[in-house]
Order: sequence, then C-alpha cells, then structure tokens
Amino acid sequence: MKKFLRKILLADLLEGLWVTLRTQHPKNITTEQYPAVMPKVGERYRGLPRLNTNPENGETLCICCDLCALACPEHLIVVGWERNPETKRKDLVKFTYDTSRCMFCGLCEDACPVDALELTQDFQMASFTREGQIFDREVLEEGTKPTRYKS
Amino acid sequence: MAETFLDSTELVLNMGPQHPSTHGVLRVIVKLDGEKVTGTECVIGYLHRGVEKIAENRTYAMFAPYVDRMDYVAAVSNGLGYCLAVERLISCEVPERAQAVRVILTELNRIASHLVWLGTHALDIGALTPLFYCLREREDILNIFEKYCGARLTTHAFRIGGLQYETYEGFEQECLEFCDRLAPRVDEYEELLTENRIWKERLIDVGILNAEDCKAYGVTGPMLRSAGVKWDLRKAQPYSGYEKYDFEIPTRTNGDCYDRYIVRVQEMRQSARIVRQGVGMLAAGPIMGKVAKVLKPPMGEAYVSIEAPKGELGYYIVSDASTQPYRVRVRPPSFINLQSVDKMARGSLVADLIAVIGTIDIVLGEVDR
Repeated sequence: MKKFLRKILLADLLEGLWVTLRTQHPKNITTEQYPAVMPKVGERYRGLPRLNTNPENGETLCICCDLCALACPEHLIVVGWERNPETKRKDLVKFTYDTSRCMFCGLCEDACPVDALELTQDFQMASFTREGQIFDREVLEEGTKPTRYKS
Repeated sequence: MAETFLDSTELVLNMGPQHPSTHGVLRVIVKLDGEKVTGTECVIGYLHRGVEKIAENRTYAMFAPYVDRMDYVAAVSNGLGYCLAVERLISCEVPERAQAVRVILTELNRIASHLVWLGTHALDIGALTPLFYCLREREDILNIFEKYCGARLTTHAFRIGGLQYETYEGFEQECLEFCDRLAPRVDEYEELLTENRIWKERLIDVGILNAEDCKAYGVTGPMLRSAGVKWDLRKAQPYSGYEKYDFEIPTRTNGDCYDRYIVRVQEMRQSARIVRQGVGMLAAGPIMGKVAKVLKPPMGEAYVSIEAPKGELGYYIVSDASTQPYRVRVRPPSFINLQSVDKMARGSLVADLIAVIGTIDIVLGEVDR
C-alpha cells in the first residue's frame, strides 16, 4: 500500500526535484568572470615559461648547459651560445621556446640546475600567428604582453 | 525479409563519430530492424596518436607525460601504472611517503573519473542535473591536483622512483575536507537517481553481461564486479602499498547497467575511505627513491597492471638496456571492455545501446591511444 501511494504521488521524482531546489540559492553560482576577474591558479601552476634574470644587474641566469633542451620530450627548446674569449664562459645568444608544441609537463623546469627556466603562473599566451607562439629570449624574460580590454 | 508493407527491412546506421552520446569519436555501425539492434560494429582509431610508437623514441622519463594523455579523465592512474612498470624494470624501491601520496592521488582521481562517468552517463539517459553536481565535486579534486602538481587534467604528478613535488601546505586538510563533503553529495546523487523510476526503467535488465561472458571477453573493472566477480587488483595483486588499506570491493550480481551504476557509486565511497586512511599514513620521509639520472634499465621486460577506474590498466615494457624502451605496450581497460558492446546491445533497442555504451565508461583517447 505504501509502495503504491509512493508511486501514485510520484514520490521518487519529487525527492529528486527537492535536491535540485535545494541548490538554487544564488550563493551557489560559481561562474568565473574571466577577463574582468582573473582566476587564481595554484602556486605550482605550469604555465608560461620564463627565463629568469639576475634582479641586481639584469643578466640572465642561464648558464647554457643545454639540459632543458635535452630533457624536453618534444625537443622544442633551442639554446644558442658562444664562448666568450675573455671570460672563457658561455654567453647566451639565442633561446627559443616553442609553446605551440609544449605540453607543459615541467621536465625542463626540473632539469634546470640554476632555476633559470621556470614555468610561471601566467597563462595568457595566445597569439594570432603560429610564429608568435615561438617565444624568443626577449619574450621569455619579460613575459607576454596581452592586450587588456576595458569594458 | 519483409513480407507485408508493415514489416521493415534492415537498416544500417552510422552512430558517430561525432554523435553526442558516444563519449568522443567512437563510430558504431548499427544494423537495425525497426528500432531493434540486430548487430553492431565499433570503428575506432579516430583519436589514434601512436603513443606506443612515440615511447620508442623517448627516454623513460620523457615518456611519462604522454601516458597522461591516454585516459585523460584518469591521468594520475595512467602515470602510476607507467611509473610502477619502469620501477619494476629497474627494481627501485619507492619510499613509503611517496606510496601514500600516490594512493591518495589515484583514489581522488578514481572519484573524479567516476564523477565524470556518472554525470555524462546520466546526461545520455536524459537526466541533465547530475552532470552539474558531479562537475562541481570534480572541481574540488582538480583544485587539489592543481595545487599539488600544477596541472588539472594531464597532471604528470609522479616521476619514476617516487614524486617530484612535496605535498603543499594544507594538503592533508583539504583531502579530508573533501572526503567529508563528498559523502552527503553522493547521497544527493543517489537521491536523484537510484530510486528514480525513469532511471530504473532505462537501466534495469539492460545490457546484461554475466560473469562468464565478462571473463571470456576479458572485461575488467566495475563491469566485472557488477556481474558478481570479486576481482580487484588492489586486493588481488596489491601495489603501491594497497595491502595496508582497509576497504571493501562492492559487487552486485545482475551485471546490468543499473548494477554497474551502483557499483561505481559504492566505489566512490570506498575511495573516499582509502583517501582518509592514506592521509593518516602520511609520515615524514623521503619522497624519491634511488634512481639514476640517466635511466638505463637492464635488459628484460616487465608487466605491471593496476586497477584504474575503468578496469585493469597494464603496462608491458621491454628494455634493450638503452636509454629508450624497446617496446611499450599498454593494455587499456576501455579498449578491451568496448568489445563487449555487441554482446550486450544485440537484440535491444537503440536507446539501450546508448545506455550500454555509457556504462562501459570508455575514453576514446585510451581506446585508440
């Protein structure tokens, strides 16, 4: 009898509907207002690569050891260097990072012995061309400069 | 053959590769008699990326990020399987702390995977609401992943020999809080679905695959357990310290779509239980075992299988003592479970075929590799 009544009164469907109604409160809305409010990503987020410079004199920290290029599964990092005849050390002349093929696995970051190459929390790296996705040393040191739109 | 004009002739229909209820680029050629399915054939390969071949041109450490891209819904489990296989090749001991973190993350990933399954499967059947609730809970798990390893989906959380990242501050707390939150939420899903008459009508006695057929097809995971076979690799061949955890293997007897749903929901609860125990087992200690910088495993082969959310996930690696694997073969659970579609769907209706494909819980990235 109880089962029959439950069936007639659509108890099973109403119970489900009650769950839906419970979550209708406006405080449950979680839409992210993306360009207006930037989402907060984790501290370890693997995003835009950055080539760190020495904050005191602006020189690059990179020692041209080529370990990041060797660690990269997609071989997308190219390190170009020249031997400086005076100091007998390697000078960084070229550093390109092809983000169009990058899968942000973080292996290059782990390989870097001097913390020069780092994957940062920045995630805005879209560009209009394929060539624009290949970041050179300048972009890697200073970061991309995305256009900010104001409403 | 049609005898009168009312009898229908056979119709061959392509379902997919872009049909919204096929979970990706699966194409099913369906032979129909009216609305009755008289035969199916799955055509796969639309998402083939040659992952196994890529492995032959990468070093062992380099290949680890690629395995995340096979079953992208449960990337952590994939990473664990691969790492365990390589660790067996080089006979490396993983520290206890690393093992506990691995268990916590894989179990969280199991919950996430089941949540995605539950949401999309309910969507297939016609219940739109659970999807939003499921993704809400999944978001919490993905946030934990993001804070732990810096990525949400293709995590690359584990490294060969242990872990790269130490747990972040408040990791234990967040895991426990999530487990506390999950239980009432799972109750909510059950309230929405378990007793719902439409849900029951659509799933009970649909797509029955009994234990014998399951074994014959090599079907594993929740599908096998819903048919009454108590087989879980976490208990049968414990890996990564699963023998220390106390949990149950939920089973059902009927082996239909409804039972698979119940088993997966129960598994979510059990996984939350394991996460709780795992947090309790986190003791201070190293997180990385002794692994050479340039990995050159001795000549030989290793096969390691783990209980992924979808079933038995195996990695077979052959080493020729060089820095790159000679061959990597993956045993993907989705691929092997998918072959039972024909057995389950033959004789049912088209709408049941959708339910059947849904409850297999396939990810096409893993089927095609």
